[in-house]
Amino acid sequence: MSVLIFAEVENGKLKRSSQESIFYGAKVAGMMGTSATVIVAGQSDNSSLAEAGKYGASKVLHATDARLNEPNGMAYATVVAAAARQEGASVIVLAKSSLADAMTARLAGKLKAGLAANVIELPDLSNGFRVKSSIYTGKAFAYNDLKADTKILAIKKNTIAVEETDAAATVESFTPALNDGDFAVTVKNVVKATGDILLPEADLVVSAGRGLKGPENWGIVEDLAKALGAATACSKPVSDLDWRPHHEHVGQTGIKVSPNLYIAAGISGAIQHLAGVNSSKVIVVINKDPEAPFFKSADYGIVGDVFDVLPRLTKAAQAL
Amino acid sequence: MKILVCVTSVPDTTTKITFTDNNTKLSKAGVTFITGPYDDYALARAVELKEKLGASVTVLNVGGVDAEPVIRKCLAIGADDAIRVNAEPRDAFFVAEQIAAIAKENKYDLILMGRESIDFNGGQVHGIVGEMLGIPSISPVMLLDIDGDTVKITREIEGGKEELEAKLPLVLGCQEPIAEWKIPNMRGIMTARTKPLKVVEPTGTDVLTDVSGYELPPARGAVKMIKAEDAETLIQLLRTEAKII
Repeated sequence: MSVLIFAEVENGKLKRSSQESIFYGAKVAGMMGTSATVIVAGQSDNSSLAEAGKYGASKVLHATDARLNEPNGMAYATVVAAAARQEGASVIVLAKSSLADAMTARLAGKLKAGLAANVIELPDLSNGFRVKSSIYTGKAFAYNDLKADTKILAIKKNTIAVEETDAAATVESFTPALNDGDFAVTVKNVVKATGDILLPEADLVVSAGRGLKGPENWGIVEDLAKALGAATACSKPVSDLDWRPHHEHVGQTGIKVSPNLYIAAGISGAIQHLAGVNSSKVIVVINKDPEAPFFKSADYGIVGDVFDVLPRLTKAAQAL
Repeated sequence: MKILVCVTSVPDTTTKITFTDNNTKLSKAGVTFITGPYDDYALARAVELKEKLGASVTVLNVGGVDAEPVIRKCLAIGADDAIRVNAEPRDAFFVAEQIAAIAKENKYDLILMGRESIDFNGGQVHGIVGEMLGIPSISPVMLLDIDGDTVKITREIEGGKEELEAKLPLVLGCQEPIAEWKIPNMRGIMTARTKPLKVVEPTGTDVLTDVSGYELPPARGAVKMIKAEDAETLIQLLRTEAKII
């Protein structure tokens, strides 16, 4: 019995979301009176991986097969399943991402695991194994009793406040048998925005809607985002009109975000948009229409012209 | 080519979710049920592929008899026949087990579904089905083209996309802009009435998860309004009061 955390590395370093999942997993291990082990696949170095100790893990298994250097959900599921068997893991923790989602489902199938997605709190172990998750795109919560021998928890961003210590984890090389079938899908090309803060990982988000009137006006959104160190996002109509790329679309049929701060400029706040953002800690709404429904779901509101307000917020943020 | 499209029957996206029976059941009073929006994309692409390449399109739903209007609508949009597994969709593993059982019997080249259902948002069923059938699964798929036996796929990732190639058979979780949603026409609605809808009983009895109750999110506190001429105050409040920047 132990807790296994699937962590992702980016440019060799543990991703922010993985730091949170390691911390969460170590807390669960503490509750169960066992230890937390991290499994990582792909290129990294021992000192970067030892940092998992800061978040409470005692050991890191590093799968170093060169075929794992490209992210691959199916192959990673094979690796994590092998690690779970070796460690006798009864609980597997990971942070939701496009890679982790692809991995998790295959893993659940392999291990016949009880799976909870979008977990938002530590489990309640007082009567079985109960976890709270976000459902109906953030419009409600469910309490899930996980009854299978192996449990998988896919946690949402900002589920737990991460604390660091000076501890270091031991790093062991891990060489499970891989399946050729896991490499049947070939990656031909990857198109990725560089240098920007990625929306699902961002603590602060500046989002804008049709109130911006056209893609040529996005500079004032990007300026505020830059001044705050935030990611940019947009509403569905903006993505449908091709003013902004689809991976910035936040809402019921787009990305669901749960940052510390969500600033919505020129977005009226349809229920489908709210669904994607309502687990944000603080919501700021800027709209010239005082009747915009979004104000009812906001913590701070400004009734005003976005073309006047956004540049002034940028200046104020730069002056901090 | 044989295509299976798995669809969910879910509350309309504008639904205000509430629960009954001491927060153990979704309140269905006044709720309109629709085809999962992501499933609708999968179905629309399946019908396009049928028109372009020639294919049979079967719709599959795991659900009670109250899901049949959604299934009939899928038939009206262009699916040829339908299967309903007569069971409440308990969790992702259970639903995947039903889909895999039917797929093993009928050998589909392509199994399409939405990237996730909009009720539980797990986004896991396609991957579990792929694992159960021993074939690749890919999600979320934004573009899908078939050229001979090569399948070209664009998948969304954080901050961008991946262009992939694979061979059939495949399981795919779909999202926009894979196809435009289709609206049934009158002829489609008429013919849908007589298209075959087979009802089968579920397999598998393992209970891996169980929902013990539901809860609504706490209401947000009152909004603090800031005058436009004092907009700069917001930045100060975010630092000193909310303490998030």
